[in-house]
Amino acid sequence: MNVKTYKYIIIGNSAAGIGTVEGIRRIDGVGSIAVISSEPYHTYSRPLISYLLEGKTDTERMKYRPDGFYEANGCDTYLGVSVSSIEAGPHTVTLESGDVLKYSKLMVSTGSEPFVPPFKGLESVPEKFSFMTLDDALRLRNAIDRTAQPKVLIIGAGLIGLKCCEGIYNTVTDKKGSITVVDLSPKVLSSILNDDAAAIVKSSIESKGVTFHLGQTVSEFDGKRAVLSDGSELSFDILVLAVGVKPRISLVKDAGGETERGIITDKYQKTSLEDVYAAGDCVQSFDISCGKSRILAILPGAYRQGEAAGLTMAGCAYAYDCAIPMNAIGFFGLHMITAGSYEGDVYTESDGGSYKALYYKDNLLKGYIMIGNVARAGIYTSLIREKIPLDSVDFGMLCKEPALMAFSQKYRAEKLGGVVI
Amino acid sequence: MKKVYVNEKWCLACHLCEYYCAFAATGSDLMYKVLKNAVINPRIRVEEKGNISFAVSCRHCEVPLCVKGCISGALSEKDGVISIDKSKCVGCYTCVLSCPYGAIMPSDSGVMQKCELCLSTKEGEPQCAAHCPNGAIVYEER
Ligand SMILES: Cc1cc2nc3c(=O)[nH]c(=O)nc-3n(C[C@H](O)[C@H](O)[C@H](O)COP(=O)(O)OP(=O)(O)OC[C@H]3O[C@@H](n4cnc5c(N)ncnc54)[C@H](O)[C@@H]3O)c2cc1C
Repeated sequence: MNVKTYKYIIIGNSAAGIGTVEGIRRIDGVGSIAVISSEPYHTYSRPLISYLLEGKTDTERMKYRPDGFYEANGCDTYLGVSVSSIEAGPHTVTLESGDVLKYSKLMVSTGSEPFVPPFKGLESVPEKFSFMTLDDALRLRNAIDRTAQPKVLIIGAGLIGLKCCEGIYNTVTDKKGSITVVDLSPKVLSSILNDDAAAIVKSSIESKGVTFHLGQTVSEFDGKRAVLSDGSELSFDILVLAVGVKPRISLVKDAGGETERGIITDKYQKTSLEDVYAAGDCVQSFDISCGKSRILAILPGAYRQGEAAGLTMAGCAYAYDCAIPMNAIGFFGLHMITAGSYEGDVYTESDGGSYKALYYKDNLLKGYIMIGNVARAGIYTSLIREKIPLDSVDFGMLCKEPALMAFSQKYRAEKLGGVVI
Repeated sequence: MKKVYVNEKWCLACHLCEYYCAFAATGSDLMYKVLKNAVINPRIRVEEKGNISFAVSCRHCEVPLCVKGCISGALSEKDGVISIDKSKCVGCYTCVLSCPYGAIMPSDSGVMQKCELCLSTKEGEPQCAAHCPNGAIVYEER
């Protein structure tokens, strides 16, 4: 059999995969690259699927890289093609068609998949969706379009569930339908907000007419009916399952690579398998804000890990070693930015529609939450990421607002004046 | 590559840079015509406190965290210049979260705006630097 050989094979065509291509091409302009993805599309921005439903973008504009990207970067594409296994010894991947491709270096950037707990009676629900892919979004839109007065039930008040809620809100409301959100957690966005911040966001979304049942789960589905854990019943037409996501680790795990919740890599994104790298939502990252290995599942991190791996795969070892959780997200015009870990002492401030909490410990900013006024939040992010000692800045001034004025004159001369110190 | 550099020693906090920045984007020929009574939303901002002041605008970083983190692919880097395709931006604020200098902010339409060195204006170079009366903002190769 004639096995096609590539210097680099990349599984996954999203943020981490694209980062890998760009990392490789900074060093190696000629080595052959194959990009393989189950999704049959030109690379698109996954987080934009809710904006697509909202009408703020379209399938052209939501392309993550322009048309011509693969040609310009000399990539062969296998789109709409799934990899079924990795054979680490012979350095091959087997496609679902049975075809085999050989690599010198392999990137696994398979992302995450929806996590669906075993709900009783789920199979009886006629219209149910995840909200992870462009196809999910298009199918959900289609279901809403064909339903009169659509009653939508979203399970999960996390980032994905609430973004979905915002995305479909106008259409559902125009059709005189309703949206109900159920979550086991007593608060919304429990992974990124503290109690006070979550209460602000919840009441803002509620004011749009969205109903929440928090601290509740569904004990049973029966067709278009859900029974909640407190015994109350809800009827719905369309169900969206956004309980959570889990890293897609099976390719590496089945090939004998080390995995925990996510794929385990070193700081250059190399897995325990020879010449196999992994990046993005499918891996565990080292979070420098809390010093632990965890799943971060954010797009900027996915890109940076992919890029670092690409540089390394092409022979220029590079570590992306300042990962922290960070999210910028908004609902119905209320913006919030969060980053880092919420530990240590806290400075809080709230005023009108705005809220801020800064968490600090051991002379370092560890994390923050800003809602409403989020201007210049990145200055706080840089304090966390660069571990800038708080006694080297005017922290009192910084608590009021993020400003470069609070940094030393030397820092400013270097950053703004280009003075090399 | 030529960049905008700021020396706070010579800054008087006159805010002319902010006006020239806002004006450059309008393509108009007379500043008072377009900026009189307008609330300006410039891409360069002066910070001031006591007798210290300085202007802050995009540094066009060599490792541009805004570009690398952009979730929509709207921000990109070409020949060292970082620019934004406003038609692709959805206003998610991830760049605001990423920029260490606080140099990217929403435009009046809600999508993000940043200094693009006035390269696409008729003047073709940063107007903040061209009109700084004190040399506190310069545009040069270093
Ligand atoms: C609705 C929504 C909103 C979001 N909003 C934000 C946000 O605001 N900010 C943020 O930072 N993050 C956000 N995220 C998360 C962000 O989308 C992810 O962190 C990011 O997409 C991860 O990129 P990735 O390349 O690791 O994986 P993914 O984007 O998951 O891509 C993995 C790709 O690999 C393919 N693949 C998997 N297995 C195989 C196989 N065996 N063979 C071939 N191909 C395979 C998949 O089909 C997929 O195309 C959001 C996610 C969703 C769903």
